Amino acid sequence: MTQAQSPTPSPAIRLQNVGFRWPSARHETLALESLAIKAGERVFIEGPSGCGKSTLLSLLTGVNRPDRGRLEVLGRAIGELSGGGRDRFRSDHIGVIFQMFNLIPYLSMVENVTLPCRFSRLRRERALSRGETLEREALRLLEHLDLHDAALLHRPVHELSVGQQQRVAAARALIGAPEIIIADEPTSSLDAPRRTAFIELLERECRAEGGTLLFVSHDPSLEGCFDRTIRLPEINLATVNG
Amino acid sequence: MPILPLALKSLLNRRFSALLTLLSIALSVTLLVGVERIRMEAYNSFTNTVSGTDLIIGARSGQVQLLLYSVFHIGTPTNNLSWESYQELAADRRVAWTIPISLGDSHQGYPVIGTNQDYFRHFRFGDKRQLELAKGRPFDGVHEAVLGAEVAAKLGYQMDDAIIVAHGAGKVSFTQHDNQPFKVVGILRRTGTPVDHTVHIPLEGIEAIHLGWIGGRPMPGRQITAEQALNKDLTPNNITAAFVGLESKLGVFHFQRKVNGYRQEPLTAILPGVALQELWRLIGMVEKALLTISGFVVVVGIVGLLTALLTGIDGRRREMAILRSVGARPYQIAALIIGEAGFLTLLGALLGMALLYILLLAGQPLAEAWLGLYLPVSAPTLMELALLGGVVLAGLLAGIIPAWRAYRNSLADGMSIRL
Ligand SMILES: Nc1ncnc2c1ncn2[C@@H]1O[C@H](COP(=O)(O)OP(=O)(O)O)[C@@H](O)[C@H]1O
Ligand SMILES: [Mg+2]
Repeated sequence: MTQAQSPTPSPAIRLQNVGFRWPSARHETLALESLAIKAGERVFIEGPSGCGKSTLLSLLTGVNRPDRGRLEVLGRAIGELSGGGRDRFRSDHIGVIFQMFNLIPYLSMVENVTLPCRFSRLRRERALSRGETLEREALRLLEHLDLHDAALLHRPVHELSVGQQQRVAAARALIGAPEIIIADEPTSSLDAPRRTAFIELLERECRAEGGTLLFVSHDPSLEGCFDRTIRLPEINLATVNG
Repeated sequence: MPILPLALKSLLNRRFSALLTLLSIALSVTLLVGVERIRMEAYNSFTNTVSGTDLIIGARSGQVQLLLYSVFHIGTPTNNLSWESYQELAADRRVAWTIPISLGDSHQGYPVIGTNQDYFRHFRFGDKRQLELAKGRPFDGVHEAVLGAEVAAKLGYQMDDAIIVAHGAGKVSFTQHDNQPFKVVGILRRTGTPVDHTVHIPLEGIEAIHLGWIGGRPMPGRQITAEQALNKDLTPNNITAAFVGLESKLGVFHFQRKVNGYRQEPLTAILPGVALQELWRLIGMVEKALLTISGFVVVVGIVGLLTALLTGIDGRRREMAILRSVGARPYQIAALIIGEAGFLTLLGALLGMALLYILLLAGQPLAEAWLGLYLPVSAPTLMELALLGGVVLAGLLAGIIPAWRAYRNSLADGMSIRL
């Protein structure tokens, strides 16, 4: 209980001697000795395609579980949780943005944003404590992400531009204020000016919501926008590819 | 379950292909249950071709043979039943009523049977229904005839028309009893039984037209007119068979034994219900084959559903990965697919039943007029409900395969969206 007053915030992610091999692969894809990310940090994880960035994220989100080692997210050893426990943990505490095709085509923009609240009661309650209704909170986030044009709201989501789609995805990741936002190459389908604009918006909102941001990209030029850069190939001991 | 509204929206998003799948399931259900219903009604109406008759008595023969000629007027009896034996058996105190029938002649290919007024009084078919006259009255005079509905309709006979009875059962008969025409005095209401195809005349009429005949041929120069016939003794020597109603059902087997062991001549008594069921086992195979075929049509419908779901799965990998990223459990992903399969088959089954009832309402008069088959628009039978349950279950089971694939995909894909 004294921890709350401690000057250094507790780590959002701590990882020790973690190894992971895809069942279909012969060798480990990831072998990490140690990695720690503080709560509220905005971290850039960089590395070329195929170096295991998405694989690392799948461990952090509990989609996969490490074969060895210790992995703590928000102080929970999530490798030890059951499958359902990890799914619940993810829906409660982590917001995810993919590279592209982030939206569910048969849901409206607002329904896409409020999707996590269907699966997580915690995020639904947090979202409701900010806005009066889930819809209002979704609209608030969309507005913060420069999507306040009312005409857009009623369009089918596949008619939005890629940049707009990514901002809707960001709003979905942010709703209900999850502690960790994970973005897996969210800008690689955007052109350069939109890329920086998107990152700035995302950063600003993460800061406003108090979340930890893990931003993954193969593009080293983005590094200047973040508190810290982790070059995955430098810390990944499993260099064998394929 | 937060996933179910999503399942519905997802389905609506693919409404065109979903509608086609739904339609193919609905139509196959309509066919399956429709065939089952027609089969049941055909069975009911067939096994009730005669009802209320406890025994049919004829010359010694197999039970199906006796049934075929006495009820369906198919084939010829090997022997006759003498009038004396008939009289004696009819006088037994256990016997409530009898109907004598005499076969062998025809009119334009339709069988002519000689009988008496007890036929109109005691004959029952279907659900113990009595014969009703659409027009006219039962015959009274020797040269009067009552036509079955089909005979009157096909040959266009009206009341008071004169008809000529031909000797023998063929359609083209060279020996006509044309010296003694019969007057149509009544036309029966349609029954959906062989009665519709029958011309009824009095036993005395049969006797009258065969006066002067020996060994199935007219004696030259001894043709007798109707007026002359009326002055002769028209008591028959033989009849073909007799329908018997007993005072008490309990006496059936006892009386049957008495007939089968009859001393004066070799006779057979059959229980028409039992004989009809035996005959149905022979011809009912067709209906079973039909039901089997419509079962296969349902299988085709389900395979269509399976195909639609399986091809859908690969296109929906992205959707599944997004759902996983917001916390959907793999089993919920599986439930999404199974729910869709179950929903489509359930809706398909309901739609199919609705269609069946519409068809029944529209087709009922036609089926009755053309096939003589009365199709009741009644609540589904247990068997039909079981068929419906089977279809929905099959749909759910078919959903397991794509659901399993989606489950495996969603575990294997991890955080990457694979296209
Ligand atoms: N779902 C998967 N199943 C099996 N192997 C995979 C899967 N996802 C990635 N891999 C493999 O793991 C390695 C790292 O891939 P990934 O983590 O996607 O790299 P990055 O995101 O850095 O481009 C690659 O060799 C890739 O083939
Ligand atoms: Mg990747």
